[in-house]
Amino acid sequence: MNAKRFNSWAVFWAVLAFLYFFIPMYGTLDFSLRMQKGTLGFLAYQTVLADPRFLASFQYSAIMGVISVTLSVLLFVPTVYWIYLRVPRARPIVEVITILPFIIPTIVFVFGLIRTFGHPPLQLTMTPFKTDILMVAGYIVLSMPYMFRAIDVGMRAIDVHTLTEAAQSLGANWGQILFNVIFPNLRVALLSGALISFALVIGELILGDFLVRPALGPYMVEVGRDRAYEPAALAMMSYALTWVCLGLIQFFSQGNSSRQQLTGR
Amino acid sequence: MTPQNPALPKPKHPPLPASISDWAGLLPFFVFILAFLILPSLSLFAGAFQDPQGNFTLVNLNLFKDEYVLKSYAISLQVSVITSLVGGVFGFFVAYAITIGNAPRWMRNILTTFSGLAANFGGVPLAFAFIATLGRTGFVTAILKSICYADAAGAQVCPFNPYDHGFNLYSLTGLVLTYTYFQFPLMVLTITPALEGLKKDWREASANLGASSWQYWKDVALPILLPSILGAMILLFGSAFGAFATAQALTGGSIYLVTILIGQQIRGDVLNNPNEGYALAFGMVVIMAITITGYTILQRRTARWLKV
Repeated sequence: MNAKRFNSWAVFWAVLAFLYFFIPMYGTLDFSLRMQKGTLGFLAYQTVLADPRFLASFQYSAIMGVISVTLSVLLFVPTVYWIYLRVPRARPIVEVITILPFIIPTIVFVFGLIRTFGHPPLQLTMTPFKTDILMVAGYIVLSMPYMFRAIDVGMRAIDVHTLTEAAQSLGANWGQILFNVIFPNLRVALLSGALISFALVIGELILGDFLVRPALGPYMVEVGRDRAYEPAALAMMSYALTWVCLGLIQFFSQGNSSRQQLTGR
Repeated sequence: MTPQNPALPKPKHPPLPASISDWAGLLPFFVFILAFLILPSLSLFAGAFQDPQGNFTLVNLNLFKDEYVLKSYAISLQVSVITSLVGGVFGFFVAYAITIGNAPRWMRNILTTFSGLAANFGGVPLAFAFIATLGRTGFVTAILKSICYADAAGAQVCPFNPYDHGFNLYSLTGLVLTYTYFQFPLMVLTITPALEGLKKDWREASANLGASSWQYWKDVALPILLPSILGAMILLFGSAFGAFATAQALTGGSIYLVTILIGQQIRGDVLNNPNEGYALAFGMVVIMAITITGYTILQRRTARWLKV
């Protein structure tokens, strides 16, 4: 067996992968710098950042992200905790439910939301505020597979029973157990789940588009339709944001290399 | 019940039969899921089997005889199958390179990190990146266009403009190229554990028996890896089949994927019958359910030998 030949075969594929990764990335960077004819510059970025609609939609999506992530943590941590503590039998059922957003394509899910909440008796689309409730619920569902898995992995690593008994023997009530004992023990898991979910919400197109809310996704599509260089700048900024989120996850979960997927598409 | 002595350690996981009140602790979760996932899904599926007056009917399924609808399913399946094959094979070789292929260490590190990044880089920004790179005025197109020389008659010839050779980013080919950007890294991430699970002993044993490297792959490694490879490809299939944002941003909805068609139906009832729209969506879920079932079965088979 010729070990050297094998090595070059591996290098061939590695180089090909490199090119596939970097050419679009470099191409986008180069393109995004060419808005001003003849010189390289950051005009496309300045234009994007100066657009009040960009700031508004980014802010909207970021706020939706924070709200969704917070509510999702408050919903799933007690649920997973309770499953580990009292009803382990519920785990398979809950697990299947939490991967449903993978099985139901997002556009189909949003279609269902619109059919159910788009007209009476359960109408939630009449006012922007009510629609935002629906948006948050949708984001929580869409990020549920990631959030649940992150919390599940974190919960598995701690001894829920012992911690609970110890806290109870010191006179803690359920709220204190959750907020002073369980949450701090899960902080790494929660952080990675939260970052993944946040990145998902920030980039999500379908909910904002079809519920007609001023989210970042629909704004980007519109820019893509009307402009030439700004989309490239937006793509670079999105690269950077994904990079930061993954980097933070990597940084905080050093050691346990759980591989996770960030966004839907 | 015997009174418990606090000094004695209790059994760690008392086999409590979960009582009603224990299940009640999961109520918030189940209420949320019921309201925002189960109810919308069921109402969609029910809609697929109702006429506009709400009576049960199978008439909506006639939709799947419609040429237009069948074509959209065909295109979606085509894109998903091609990208999962291309991404799957490419990703497999890359994963091979960074695990047992002994690519240089720095390459491995970078490729692993970038697989994590690219597998997560989807949606609208991905479409933008490819437009900036391979669009009509994109970076690579511009480079290829600028390679010119003077022919015998002295006229300028620029033979490498891909758009002169039938290439178009805003087409099926373009869609496949773009999807591959997240598909092959997804393959790398899913197949790497299986490749790492291949035992050195097997390779040595087959070498001892006189097998060539080719024979080892054909008769030992590939049969072992096959369920994982197929399972991972099914995952890729699903991720392409449900994709909407990238296709919408890349082609402006001019390629009729099922997801695009559903999007148009939500916006303006292009099928002229809302219930047919529900049937359209229902069909997607059926395909996804089959896909995930296949994935689960293959995963179980893989888990069997990964544990050994």
